[in-house]
Amino acid sequence: MTDHTEDSVRAEARTWLEANWDVNLGLVKWRNKLADSGWGMPNWPSEWYGKDLSVGLVPVVEEEFRRIGALPIPKSGIRMLAAATILNHGSDMHKEKYLRPILTGEDVWCQLFSEPGSGSDLAGATTKAVMVGNKWVVNGQKVWTTSAHKARWGLLLARTDMNVPKHQGLSYFIIDMHQPGVEAVPLKQMNGHASFNQVFLTDAEVMPDFQVAELGDGWKVATTTLMHERRGADSLRSWGQVPDLEGSIYDEERAEVETTLAPYKWYPQRAGRVDLIMQRAKETGAINDPAMRQEIAKLMVLHKSAEWTARRARSAQEQGKPQGPEGSLGKLASSNVARASARVHTMVSGADAMLSGADGVMNGTIAEILISFPASSIAGGTDEIQRNIISERVLKMPKETRFDADKPFKDVPRNTVA
Amino acid sequence: MKFSFTEEQDEFRSVLRRFLEDRSSTTEVRRLMATDTGWERERWSQINAELGLTAVAIPEAYGGHGFGVSEQCIVLEEMGRALLCAPYFSSTVLAASAILNAGTEAQKQALLPAIASGETVATLAFTEENGRWDNAGVAMQASANGAGYKLDGVKSFVLDGHTADLIVVLARKPGSAGDQGLCLFTVAADAAGLERSLLTSVDETRKLARLNFIDVEAELLGDDGGAAGPMGKTLVQAAICLANEMVGGADRLREDALAYVQMRMQFGRSIASFQVTKHKAADMLTDVELAKSSAYYAAAAFDEGDADIASVASLAKAAASEAYMQTAIHAIQMHGGIGFTWDNDTHLWFKRAKSSEVFLGDPNHHRELMMQGWKD
Ligand SMILES: Cc1cc2nc3c(=O)[nH]c(=O)nc-3n(C[C@H](O)[C@H](O)[C@H](O)COP(=O)(O)OP(=O)(O)OC[C@H]3O[C@@H](n4cnc5c(N)ncnc54)[C@H](O)[C@@H]3O)c2cc1C
Repeated sequence: MTDHTEDSVRAEARTWLEANWDVNLGLVKWRNKLADSGWGMPNWPSEWYGKDLSVGLVPVVEEEFRRIGALPIPKSGIRMLAAATILNHGSDMHKEKYLRPILTGEDVWCQLFSEPGSGSDLAGATTKAVMVGNKWVVNGQKVWTTSAHKARWGLLLARTDMNVPKHQGLSYFIIDMHQPGVEAVPLKQMNGHASFNQVFLTDAEVMPDFQVAELGDGWKVATTTLMHERRGADSLRSWGQVPDLEGSIYDEERAEVETTLAPYKWYPQRAGRVDLIMQRAKETGAINDPAMRQEIAKLMVLHKSAEWTARRARSAQEQGKPQGPEGSLGKLASSNVARASARVHTMVSGADAMLSGADGVMNGTIAEILISFPASSIAGGTDEIQRNIISERVLKMPKETRFDADKPFKDVPRNTVA
Repeated sequence: MKFSFTEEQDEFRSVLRRFLEDRSSTTEVRRLMATDTGWERERWSQINAELGLTAVAIPEAYGGHGFGVSEQCIVLEEMGRALLCAPYFSSTVLAASAILNAGTEAQKQALLPAIASGETVATLAFTEENGRWDNAGVAMQASANGAGYKLDGVKSFVLDGHTADLIVVLARKPGSAGDQGLCLFTVAADAAGLERSLLTSVDETRKLARLNFIDVEAELLGDDGGAAGPMGKTLVQAAICLANEMVGGADRLREDALAYVQMRMQFGRSIASFQVTKHKAADMLTDVELAKSSAYYAAAAFDEGDADIASVASLAKAAASEAYMQTAIHAIQMHGGIGFTWDNDTHLWFKRAKSSEVFLGDPNHHRELMMQGWKD
């Protein structure tokens, strides 16, 4: 497929990083260098800020970044879902306009999919886009929209036809969040943070050029976004963790985490922080208790197996093999890991698990795990929906009888939103 | 009775349930949990005055109603259900039992009537910063001070420790270890040398405090050096009470989640109509009812003087802890995104489930205690 080998890529990446990495460079300047050279997203196409490398070689490049302490492009967050969607379905104008500021981190994005009446049933969206004159006019409400209050652009799933079956009447748009018709209201979560929002769309406008793919293709495009979101469930672990090194560029990235990313500080905690388990077990002496060791061991078995399953999926992709079942299991597995990890953290911390904030263990980090992990089995598609996908699409088990998919959407029973 | 309630008990429960639904709405819970004290003397006195809840399990000789742990557990189950913000567990379950189990006749006469009437709010300070729930974990020193004693050290995770009027403290004589040399003391909240600070807790409905003792004068409660037995009994009783409080909360969560899925539609149908939702609801009912059975059995066994009570109490605590946490996890999941929000009430119980899971010892601790009692 490609004539790159692990060794040649490693050598090339190393040479480039040694010549270009500079801890005194401005953060955006550095990210622009990464975009120009293709080393920031090496598996992207070379005409769009990449190097055409296979996915399997990306870890080699990442290793070289870590070795020298170079900051990678922050690869989590909705903006990377936007990038993946635009790369797949966007026009050249979309790619030209949006990809670079995504890589430099200058533009924040949000995903306007879920609504009060449609979450698991995303294709039941009722937010409407109507062509008035020469532009789309959007009315409706979105909810649980992560980053909407900070976002410059939104990925919008909206209904453009009520008279066809639900999946066929949806279209996909890029919407300017900085316009009078868009109002984002942060919602407080059970862990005290407010990273998601209610978004009210009132006569919001979208120019026709900002429709992604064809009219009525919304479901197909949304599926691409979701696939990337679910695959990325793993990467939440490293969200916002800046290496503990000295240099103005690290300070700048730390400042970004403190400000722009502040509402998302809890993201690693929601994934369960298995990485802290051994350290905590040693600190508390839990490691010396055979019963506790069994609990920790069970968690580590689950965690490692899940991690290696994700690696197997990546490796198959790298070798161009058809995707096996391992590729569909990551999201469900990581929510199992998060839940199990919260349980073991509780056991390891004992009475301290009752305390939070400054009184809590590690300045509240452990407590934050205990009240954040439930997000893992809901966000990006619930565990139940993942199981439906695995059983019906991977295992080809009979589909649940459906009453909503074939009739015109206007005739489907749904929640009445207050 | 281990397997059923009497008509009077059922009647008491239903009166209490209606009463607490009215007095402890989630609006009220949210209001109180946001305060530093966590409860209000006036509100709590009103609630208590009408039903005499603090008196239930205190013997008539000391101003109480003289009911058993079974009746007290009905109160706790209903309080757990309503998530009542009141210093009940601290004062009535922990402190009153410790005084009853350890105190001299004169001390019981002197201290219990005011706790029974609710006028005095007391608590029991036994856990320290090491978070251990066993006697051997106690390090606080009690040294002779003329005819009395002085306490030095730190107590932590003390329920309502920052608001109680009277603190029952477990400490040990210099040079002692394990069950030996343990003494209980009473200390007034305003004693010189006592510093009390509120701890920030995951579960805001259950306030915990850290108490720092520097040369604090204390009065011995009961036998000098003989507190291990009374403390043991107090903790057995407390584990049973907590188990009952937990099943009350778990049942409420279960019911609320069930009501929600019956209302919510996705894919053109009620989400309750999906078999996986039904199975989850059926599992939740099974978990909660099994945990209830253990909690009820333990309460009745305590009143009947069952010789195996320590193991049974731990069994009930372990069962309730697992059931409550699992129910809470399912309840959030069944709500979907809204279950993760602050405004939805599910997290209030979820956090109570978390704090109850570890308070008085986590399920591993209690399963171990149970097996220690059974192994020979
Ligand atoms: C932290 C967080 C961040 C989020 N960020 C975003 C975002 O940025 N953008 C966005 O668009 N959305 C976002 N979401 C929303 C998320 O995708 C939805 O919450 C999720 O898909 C579930 O939808 P719902 O909340 O409507 O729950 P519902 O769909 O109402 O689900 C309720 C329960 O019913 C179950 N259920 C539903 N259908 C079925 C079925 N067919 N079979 C079996 N069980 C079923 C569910 O599994 C769940 O247990 C976020 C959510 C969270 C928690």
